[in-house]
Amino acid sequence: MKRIQAVNDFVIKFANVNGSGSASANELFAKAIMRMGVPVSPRNIFPSNIQGLPTWYEVRVCEKGWSGRRGGVDMMVAMNPQTWDADLAEIESGGYLFYDSSRPIPAARFREDVHVIGVPLTEIANAAYADARQRQLFKNIIYVGALSVLLDLDAAVFERLFAEQYKGKERLLDANMKALHMGREHILQHVPFPLGLRVRRADAVGDQVFIDGNSALSLGFVYGGATVAAWYPITPSSSVPEAFQKYCEKYRVDPATGQHRFAIIQAEDELASIGLVIGAGWNGARAFTATSGPGISLMTEFIGLAFFAEIPVTIVDVQRGGPSTGMPTRTQQSDLISCAYASHGDTKHVLLFPEDPHECFEHAAAALDLADRLQTPVFVMTDLDIGMNQRLCRPFAWDPERAYDRGKVMTAAQLDEAGAAFGRYKDVDGDGIPWRTLPGTHPTKGAFFTRGTTRDPYARYSEKGADYLYNMDRLQRKFQTAAALVPQPVIRPAAHPTRLGVIYFGSTSPAMAEALEELAGEDVHIDALRLRAFPFPASVTEFIAAHDNVFVVEQNRDAQMRSMLVNELGIDPARLWRVLHFDGTPINARFIAAAIRKTLVARHVAASPHA
Amino acid sequence: MTYIAKPPLHHPTLQANGVGYTRRDYEGRISTLCAGCGHDSISAAIVQACWELDIEPHRVAKLSGIGCSSKTPDYFLGASHGFNTVHGRMPSVLTGANLANRELLYLGVSGDGDSASIGLGQFANALRRGVRMAYIVENNGVYGLTKGQFSATADAGSRSKKGAVNHDNPIDLVGIALQLGATYVARSFSGDKEQLVPLIKGAMTHGGAAFIDVISPCVTFNNHGGSTKSYDYVRQHNEAVSRIDFMAPGEEITTAYAPGEVVEVPQHDGAVLRLRKLHADYDASDRYAALSYMHQHAARGEIVTGLLYLDPLATDLHVSCNTVATPLAALDRDTLCPGTAVLEKINAALR
Repeated sequence: MKRIQAVNDFVIKFANVNGSGSASANELFAKAIMRMGVPVSPRNIFPSNIQGLPTWYEVRVCEKGWSGRRGGVDMMVAMNPQTWDADLAEIESGGYLFYDSSRPIPAARFREDVHVIGVPLTEIANAAYADARQRQLFKNIIYVGALSVLLDLDAAVFERLFAEQYKGKERLLDANMKALHMGREHILQHVPFPLGLRVRRADAVGDQVFIDGNSALSLGFVYGGATVAAWYPITPSSSVPEAFQKYCEKYRVDPATGQHRFAIIQAEDELASIGLVIGAGWNGARAFTATSGPGISLMTEFIGLAFFAEIPVTIVDVQRGGPSTGMPTRTQQSDLISCAYASHGDTKHVLLFPEDPHECFEHAAAALDLADRLQTPVFVMTDLDIGMNQRLCRPFAWDPERAYDRGKVMTAAQLDEAGAAFGRYKDVDGDGIPWRTLPGTHPTKGAFFTRGTTRDPYARYSEKGADYLYNMDRLQRKFQTAAALVPQPVIRPAAHPTRLGVIYFGSTSPAMAEALEELAGEDVHIDALRLRAFPFPASVTEFIAAHDNVFVVEQNRDAQMRSMLVNELGIDPARLWRVLHFDGTPINARFIAAAIRKTLVARHVAASPHA
Repeated sequence: MTYIAKPPLHHPTLQANGVGYTRRDYEGRISTLCAGCGHDSISAAIVQACWELDIEPHRVAKLSGIGCSSKTPDYFLGASHGFNTVHGRMPSVLTGANLANRELLYLGVSGDGDSASIGLGQFANALRRGVRMAYIVENNGVYGLTKGQFSATADAGSRSKKGAVNHDNPIDLVGIALQLGATYVARSFSGDKEQLVPLIKGAMTHGGAAFIDVISPCVTFNNHGGSTKSYDYVRQHNEAVSRIDFMAPGEEITTAYAPGEVVEVPQHDGAVLRLRKLHADYDASDRYAALSYMHQHAARGEIVTGLLYLDPLATDLHVSCNTVATPLAALDRDTLCPGTAVLEKINAALR
């Protein structure tokens, strides 16, 4: 029988029952590999449920550092009888099945082409612990111990991880070490080891940090100076404000008084969340809300107000599968159009597309600056894949000289100087961005009545055509200004000159990089452009113009980004080829490469389309 | 309604208040509401109250939703920033504004459609949170701007101008405010300036969520025989339980009352509310008794007005959030940003 042999390059998947305490054990396993200098990218695949339903944790071990989902499973840790058959079917031929052999399972339920390792986990745990909860929790640690021997992981790494996690709680440290060794001992005595899959110490992790995108975003908001957050719980965004709260309690408390330099409100709904943030933005605080697609739908009237009344707000959309309630615990990039043009009338909004937790941090802080500079809603568009999964990424950096860009805010002295010439909605600088005043600035000057109705440049209610046109043209000019201020695209040229290009963004990034390398190995060369924001800067038009055809890779059914490129830049649609992945799982390199190959064959493009 | 702009000139003999402003300094643009609209009387009462309170106009932020009432902030306090938000959502915007800058005074102006129909949820939740504000509902039971449809405060059995009868039960905003923990709850009538001005003053200086339901007849669509929110109806059924006199901090108490007739209630900023009880059996310090009293009188067709409930020890959302004294909007980068060295430590802990 074939045995999959791989060192530092395999996928192991844990099939668990949610609510069983497996999450922390699985994370421990992933961290241990990382501590051996080997990159991992784990993904939680979980139901919209709290207890009793299947949940999976898929860990890709990859010394080369590819953090996109690979596809396929080399080893399954089958801890959930409910999903046994489906889990077994997922294993690659020649792969491995690890299971709890405490209860006999009929031979017919195994696969002949899969290597089986049975460990009586329940028996071991029940013999060692009397308490039901302890039995359950330590069973998880016992299987991690067993796996550590099977995959050749270093026991000392675990010891260090436990020591860090249970600092000051030595009793817990000992208990966990004991459970780990129970698992290790069982394998050492009863099972041949290591398997064909092995982890070998390497030096491929470097100074990278391991964090989820939602936490990284919230840290970016702490650094960027957000003081007001309002939110309504919704998967997969709830951990953004929750992490913000955690960081604020650590870094935003006045040491002298214990008072908070922040305010977080869990509102009654998304309408109130965005309303709160708009009120705070209007009054000069940096404020954000975090939500997902359904929340965006609820917020749209308010988003139109913020756009038209020109109030800085930052909105995080951690996208999930739509439409409607859709797939709440699966990932997609399907809110692009609903965010870019949110609300009635001619509205357009700034969108940022971070690729990983590192950029989540960067874009969160950038969004606060952009919102103040442009006096408009700014969306940070992440998704469940980067939001809720820990990812290895570049460490966070903050330039100590970096100032907050608070935009064009008139001081009392400036108002005295400007006198009657001040007009809240007047374009004095030619960039479409007017000057604003904050409430309470000046006893007699600069006050105005903010409203969603049309007004003249002096904020006076007006439905005159000329006033309306002045305002709408100015807003369009402001949007053009935005294109130069937002994070610019990252271009990655192919190794050889090519007439083919690809445009991608957000969480597609690691899978795309891997697919490009795979294709290059087959002599298919493609120049790549990673969008980081909307509106599109001129470099996007230039990139498309420089290629005969450009693939647009995205995680939705309707090719929303492609539509935006066609409509905003006036591109011939025939030149933009769709690569669409939207089943709710994160896009992977195998899929992208296959889709591109298929298109090239169908379009009769030579496999090596050198220019 | 008039199209003649008010001349900006101030008559030299106009009396200035303690901070040097005349009443004219608290006015806004000319009203575009119908002549005789109750809302204009409320605007005038707000002007009077702010002038008497020696509030500098620019220290007030006035927020509203959508509707006739929500247009009024343009007609008073022209030197204050105003925000005409979206329909039914003023409370959330006001809450956010308040969180950003706790030093300003917040005046929320809304209507019965805005607060009881489309915006009931936000109305309720802002009061629940104890946002420090004076929240005034200009309640006429009718949609004026869209020409006469019933709102959720219209009494069951009342008739519209076109003759339609409302069968739905009314929402009593005062009852809801009492239940949800508003710490200053009053009802008044736009036609009773003597009662309304001190109530607004009390609300503006209150330390928590203050709510005033002001019945404000719509002269165009809801001032006819079948209406329970007409001038005539309200005058006939008004049952004032209290009158208040407002005294600024340190003001000398001049009028003498017989013992038991007056309760003096200190406000958090040192001002004093002197509550004159008109009904011996009414207790404005008991939230639940107030509710029951109101319901009993409502069943008899009486509209109870006056200061219905007051908690002088009220606190607000900033106390629950434990925010710093400096407005959040005024905190600078050095105060807010944990800095590069801390970030290095955070990075190290994530490895």
